This record gives sequence, structure tokens and C-alpha cells, in this order.
Amino acid sequence: MSLYAVLAAALFFLGLHGLFAARHMLRKILALNVMTAAVFLLLVVLAERADVADSVPHAMVLTGIVISVGVTAVAVILVVHLAHGRGRDRGD
Amino acid sequence: MMAWAITAFDALLVALLLWLAWQAIHADGLFRAVISFMVFGLLMAVAWVRLDAPDVALAEAAIGAGVTGALLLSALGRLPERDKEAPADRRARGLAAVGLAALALGGATALATIAWALPAPGLGREVTEALPKSGVDNPVTAVLLNIRAFDTLLEIGVLLLAVIATWALGPMQWSAPARVMSPALPVLGRLLFPMFVLVSAYVLWRGGHAPGGAFPAGALMGAGGVLVFFAGAKPWITGAELDPWRWLLSLGLVAMLVAAVGVGATGRSFFEYPVDLAGLFILALEVAAALSIAILLFALCLGGRPPHRWGSEDEA
Repeated sequence: MSLYAVLAAALFFLGLHGLFAARHMLRKILALNVMTAAVFLLLVVLAERADVADSVPHAMVLTGIVISVGVTAVAVILVVHLAHGRGRDRGD
Repeated sequence: MMAWAITAFDALLVALLLWLAWQAIHADGLFRAVISFMVFGLLMAVAWVRLDAPDVALAEAAIGAGVTGALLLSALGRLPERDKEAPADRRARGLAAVGLAALALGGATALATIAWALPAPGLGREVTEALPKSGVDNPVTAVLLNIRAFDTLLEIGVLLLAVIATWALGPMQWSAPARVMSPALPVLGRLLFPMFVLVSAYVLWRGGHAPGGAFPAGALMGAGGVLVFFAGAKPWITGAELDPWRWLLSLGLVAMLVAAVGVGATGRSFFEYPVDLAGLFILALEVAAALSIAILLFALCLGGRPPHRWGSEDEA
């Protein structure tokens, strides 16, 4: 499964690059999600290498997927509010 | 014998995933980017199956591809037109691609070498030993709701915090319904929803002894709700009264806290279920968590406090 380890590393750097290179905030969020997927992939690949099937990383990744959707939701809603110019200083 | 076919499949999958991730970040047009990301999530689910992680595959398909996709698409519909951006700068992209390739290659080899050199002890043996006392047969469910139930408690707390954060930003921004709304769409949605509930209940029940459990079940039900909602159906529960929302949203967290502290009343430690009742505890918590996760994900997809009346466009 070394192929998937390489995939994890490549995805991580792809996402890291996207985080800085992408202009639009929504793309930055997507890049962040790609990076998260890479970390999950690495965890599961390493779990597969253990002698006895290890379910702890699987549970961690499950938890991580749910948390990353929460983070994505808040980030996306912030982007929508930003785009409409809401939440600016009301004094101006 | 079929090893070469498996390897070819893996290589194809890896190449597709890389291409889709690139598309999600750099494709022209945000719509294409979002769709690429959704397909990326679906193919990740296939990759999880290849890596012998069916529990993760179920969650990824329901949450990673389904709910995140709905979330991104509904956000896309709410962005103003001028914000949907011009195509990215080609030259900068070409330069960036070279740099990225070098970085990725170096990073990949470094990481892969380190990962392979590390010992891989894992906790598989410990989990297998504790499994008969955990009340369920599926090790992942045992870890999630018994051995490391504390993590799950915090996770549901994070989801609840996310909903509170979105509600704090004000009422939901109602996106205008599609112009060509087919009358068949709401009907289809309503017909499909019982199927979602049925499949969720099955996945939930299965979680005790096979891949499944509260998270995929909750996500499925939440995704079904989102589907029906965006197809034009109106939920019975509105924003005029927030108390039912508050109770449903916090149901999972409250149930887990009650279980965790309740066992303490009998002189046990945090989340230490009585061994003979562990199965019952886990089932009850799973039902509460699944319901709560469904409504939490639905609330996240709404993107704000629910309006006083559904379907009216006169929301402030």
C-alpha cells in the first residue's frame, strides 16, 4: 500500500500549495480539506502496517471527518458573509 | 494472479484522486472546483475500501462527499455573481506547478521513507482484548463509543459549537429557489426521505457487529433532510420557536454527558459502563448521537438560524 502513502504526501503538498496559491477563499477551504484528507490517508495507511488490525486510527479518522465538516461549514458561512460585506464595522 | 489488475486499479485511483484534488483547487470556475471536490470525496471512499477501512468509507461517502458537497453548493448559490472570480492566472499557475511538483516529489519520498522506517506497533492487540467486554463486536464502534467515548463526546461538542457559531452570525440567508422548479422534485424528495430513514436505521443497527454506526447513520439522515429541503419541501420545525431545535441539537451531547457522569454515581469512573449493560448503553447513545448528528448537519447546511417561516423570501 506504499502507493497510498505517496498519495497522502502528494495530496498534502498539493493542498498546502493551494492554500497559498489560490485566490478565492472557497478554494482555500477546498485546499484545506484536501490536506485533511491526506492526513487521514496517512493515518489509515500506517494503521494497515500494524501486525494486528488496528481500529483506533480508523475511529480517529471517523471523528476527524465529522470535525472537518463542522470546520468547513463555519468557514464557508464566514466566506458568504464576507462576500456580502456583512460584519464590517458599522461605523463607516 | 490478479495482482497486476489490483495494482493497476490502485494506480488509476491514485492518479484520479491527484487530478481531482488539483482540479478542486485550480479549475476555472468555482462550480467546477466544487464538483471536482465532491467527486474527490466519493473516490476517497473507494480508497478507504481498498485500505480495509469500510467504516471510514461509509462516513466519507455520507459526510465527506454528501454533506460537504451540499454545504459548498449552497454557499456557492449564496455568493454574489461578481464574486465567482475570473480564471486563475495561467503563468503563475505554470510556475507554481513546477515548484509544486518538486516539493511534492521531495516531500513524498521523505514522508514515505520515514513512515516505512517507523515501527508500527498499533493498539490492535489491546482493542481485541477489550472487545468482549465492550458490548459490541465491531472494534471501531467499540473504540468510538466505549473505549474512547470521551473523543466522541468532544466531537459532538465541536459540531454543536459549529452550529452555535453559524447561528451567531445571524439568520439563514435564504437563497432564491431554482427558477425551473419541477413539481416532481418535492414529491420525489418526500418519497425518498422514508428510504433515508430506513437505511439510516439499518446502518445504525449494523454498527454493533459490522461497519456502520451512529456517524454514517446520522450523516445519511442529515443528507436526506438536506436533499428534501433543497428539493423544496418545508420542514415542520421552523425558526419561530427555537426550543425544539435547541433540544434536538444538544440531544447527543446531553445523552453522552448523562451516561458518562451517571455511571459515576455508582462509583465507576468517567464512561466506565457496567460490563453486562455496555451493549445497551452503546445502543442508546448511538440512537441519540445519530439523531443529533442528523439535525446538527442539517442545521450546518442551512447556514444560519432558521427563518420564522419556510419558503418566504421576505427574510431580513
